[in-house]
Amino acid sequence: MKAKYEPPLIVRHSLAGVNKLGSIPAIRPMSSIDGVRIEELVVAYGSPLFVFSENTLRERVRELRGELGRRFASFDLGWSYKTNYLSAVCRVFHQEGSLAEVVSGMELRKALAAGVAGQQIIFNGPAKTAADLTLAFEKRVQVHIDHLDELALAETVAEGLGIVPEVGIRVSQSDLPVPTWDRFGFHLESGRAIEAARRIVRSGRLGLRSLHGHIGTFIPNPDAYRMAALAMTRFARQIESELGARITTIDLGGGFASHNTLHAQYLPGEEATPSFSEYVEAIASGLEEGLDGAETPRLVLETGRALVDDAGVLVATVLGNKRLADKRRAVIVDAGVNILPTAWWYRHDVRPAQEILGTAEPTVFFGPLCMAIDVVRDRVMFPPLRVGDRVVIRHVGAYNVTQWMQFISERPNVVMVSPKGQHAIIRKAETLETLLLQEQMPAWL
Amino acid sequence: MDRVDVTVAVTGMNATDNPAPGVPVARALRHEPSFKGRIIGLGYDALDPGFYAEGLVDGGAILPYPSAGREALRDRLRWIRQELGTDVLVPNLDSELRALIALAPELERAGTRTFLPSLDSLERSSKTHLPRLAAHADLDIPPSEALLTADGISDAAKKFGLPLVVKGVYYGAVVVHTEAEGVAAFHRFAAQWGVPVIVQQYVPGEEYNVAALGDGKGNLAGAVAMRKMMLTDKGKGWCGVAIDNPELIRICEAVVGVLRWRGPLEVEILRGTKTGEYFVIEINPRFPAWIHLSAGAGLNLPYYAVRLALGLPLPSPIPHYRAGTLFVRIAIDQITDLSTFEQLAATGVLRSEQRAFAGKVSHA
Amino acid sequence: MDPESTRLRDLALSDTGFVFDPLTGHTFTVNLTGQLALRCLKDGLSPEATARRLTEEFESDKNTDPVRDVQDFVLQLRDCGLLE
Repeated sequence: MKAKYEPPLIVRHSLAGVNKLGSIPAIRPMSSIDGVRIEELVVAYGSPLFVFSENTLRERVRELRGELGRRFASFDLGWSYKTNYLSAVCRVFHQEGSLAEVVSGMELRKALAAGVAGQQIIFNGPAKTAADLTLAFEKRVQVHIDHLDELALAETVAEGLGIVPEVGIRVSQSDLPVPTWDRFGFHLESGRAIEAARRIVRSGRLGLRSLHGHIGTFIPNPDAYRMAALAMTRFARQIESELGARITTIDLGGGFASHNTLHAQYLPGEEATPSFSEYVEAIASGLEEGLDGAETPRLVLETGRALVDDAGVLVATVLGNKRLADKRRAVIVDAGVNILPTAWWYRHDVRPAQEILGTAEPTVFFGPLCMAIDVVRDRVMFPPLRVGDRVVIRHVGAYNVTQWMQFISERPNVVMVSPKGQHAIIRKAETLETLLLQEQMPAWL
Repeated sequence: MDRVDVTVAVTGMNATDNPAPGVPVARALRHEPSFKGRIIGLGYDALDPGFYAEGLVDGGAILPYPSAGREALRDRLRWIRQELGTDVLVPNLDSELRALIALAPELERAGTRTFLPSLDSLERSSKTHLPRLAAHADLDIPPSEALLTADGISDAAKKFGLPLVVKGVYYGAVVVHTEAEGVAAFHRFAAQWGVPVIVQQYVPGEEYNVAALGDGKGNLAGAVAMRKMMLTDKGKGWCGVAIDNPELIRICEAVVGVLRWRGPLEVEILRGTKTGEYFVIEINPRFPAWIHLSAGAGLNLPYYAVRLALGLPLPSPIPHYRAGTLFVRIAIDQITDLSTFEQLAATGVLRSEQRAFAGKVSHA
Repeated sequence: MDPESTRLRDLALSDTGFVFDPLTGHTFTVNLTGQLALRCLKDGLSPEATARRLTEEFESDKNTDPVRDVQDFVLQLRDCGLLE
């Protein structure tokens, strides 16, 4: 029995260290998603291809709901539209009981168009127009006010409509073990948040019912949530005792880390990322401490990334190989950072989609763009790949299909795989016609 | 004690100028007359010195770096179990623990036992959570803060005063005397170990270390206290002396109790010069690099850890150790042919019975 | 004798794919096909003849291009300082 051929390779042992795993494969292939072969999907829908697992979406959200249900009598999840607002993905979350959390007029209209009731929508974001607020108040959307000018605008809009809508204010905090996100909402420690609350209650044109705080993004530290929950709860009690307004909802926003690995992280995300139970436990202990026996308000979380990231993969096809000046092997694939902007934040987990043999060596994955920054994954130990082989880039469900750029090529198909192994397109690939449809030629040219 | 005749895998073979505890753990096992088993060294580099120490390991294997992820580690440990027959695994590096704790039940089903803390205990012992733990267990710690950006250095300097202690999330601590040095140290640690980086008020005093073993039920299975007598330029202890200080042991007992700690640990304790108060500086979730001293002083904690992993009883009562026992580290050059390096570099595994390259290199 | 293959001939190559260069003290790892290719080149075979040996000794399919791979291997040997 002959051994399988692989390109001959010699590697010099460097002073930097010799970590050699011989022929033992360090990378496991990922050849199917929920029982559907990736090759079958690529043949049917082309490459590159985003694939979402309905099963993983439901599992993740059920796990979080389960943890919350164990500790809170009253809670809601708001599905963070900006993380992924493909209608099929949103529908899965709404079926699982999530509200819609929107941050722009477009997202608000998208949620309403999808049939989500106004009371089931939370409206955050720092840039609400009069038209947005009018629509939101008419539909009884839960609006969270971001700044004083918006507050004045909201009061005017409400007065014009002849109603007193119940709103919340967004609150930012500094005294947390995370980088301060003070650009959203009214700052707590400097007294701006209580000033805003006073103004709402005294003017009486809006009803203050909820507090919203989003402490940051990709926070791998549950204790930050405990401290945020504690500070928010104490603030709610201050509002109640000073202003007599009862805060019935505390919304702690999102920011839970997914299983991705940040470029600066030492341990891989699967080790460093806390479980939902750790986050929820931290929040529960902060609320309990802050309430000190008072009645527990409804808790809302707007976790996006941690729910959807794991459910999405990007399948790409190898276009070529080359060796760089520093001896690294480079692999060019047909998916670039224009459709995978998260490659700038994460060391994405890349897997071969088929069994591959051969010696792993340091490999860099480049996308197809004619740009130096088009690096999909820098330096990962990978066995040799051949033209036409598929690779799977994991944990790409968050932000990519909302932040992607249409640059020098059409954006690809996005498909969903059902728990029963059905699959279908949830967003069609663009064509040249799609792009030309938006363009117009001025008469003088 | 009854004989223990099993194969024990020990990680952390990089006994360099910033030594990992693998070599001293292996040497402590060799020190024990009733240990008749084999020792397998596990490391991350073919040149980890522990693989080359004469008479120390009966075999060895290279592990994938922690950054390769849990699946790669699981596959590798399964392979090592099949090929080298590891009955017990004693991990000695912080960065290995989360994955190994998660894999422990699976490893045990496959025949490799461990004796490790729960994930919850590990989390609560971390530098970032030390303030909460201290409050809970009524222990004193110097005021500290976990920073995600270097901006916080300036505030910390105002709050705590200079000098400050800056620490990496897994390893390393330096005393900085200016904000600029603090920012530089922040970036150094963040680049090496990621965030958060911990800043702590500098408390002048004398440092003590306690190596210990928790039984997982809240009790101390044994503890040895030590004072370092000489430091390297990296601040690592190069020699030290076992001491008899009940207060240090009591603090360690409180830590083990509140965490219900299972397995090895080291508690670093500072005694303030001014007040004589004791502060817990850090909890390390593994044996320290000076752990051979415990065996030399008569309380062989690595051997006890192996016994506990196997479900074997410890001597009762636990013997007293001899205060005044010294450890003095020496740097020696181990002379060897290419065969050990060849095996590890080319195949990732060291089987002492196969020394294929031995004698083959001649310059005829 | 070609001075390049003399340089290669001095290398100590073991069955594990471990290579020791006694001239510089550098060590290397080669994969299975690399071992055969290195042995062929040590014996003075041309890259084309080496590629033919690889095709004979290993199971390959029509998508492989051993001639290109051996040419790349020769470049790797040069990068490693084993060929002038």
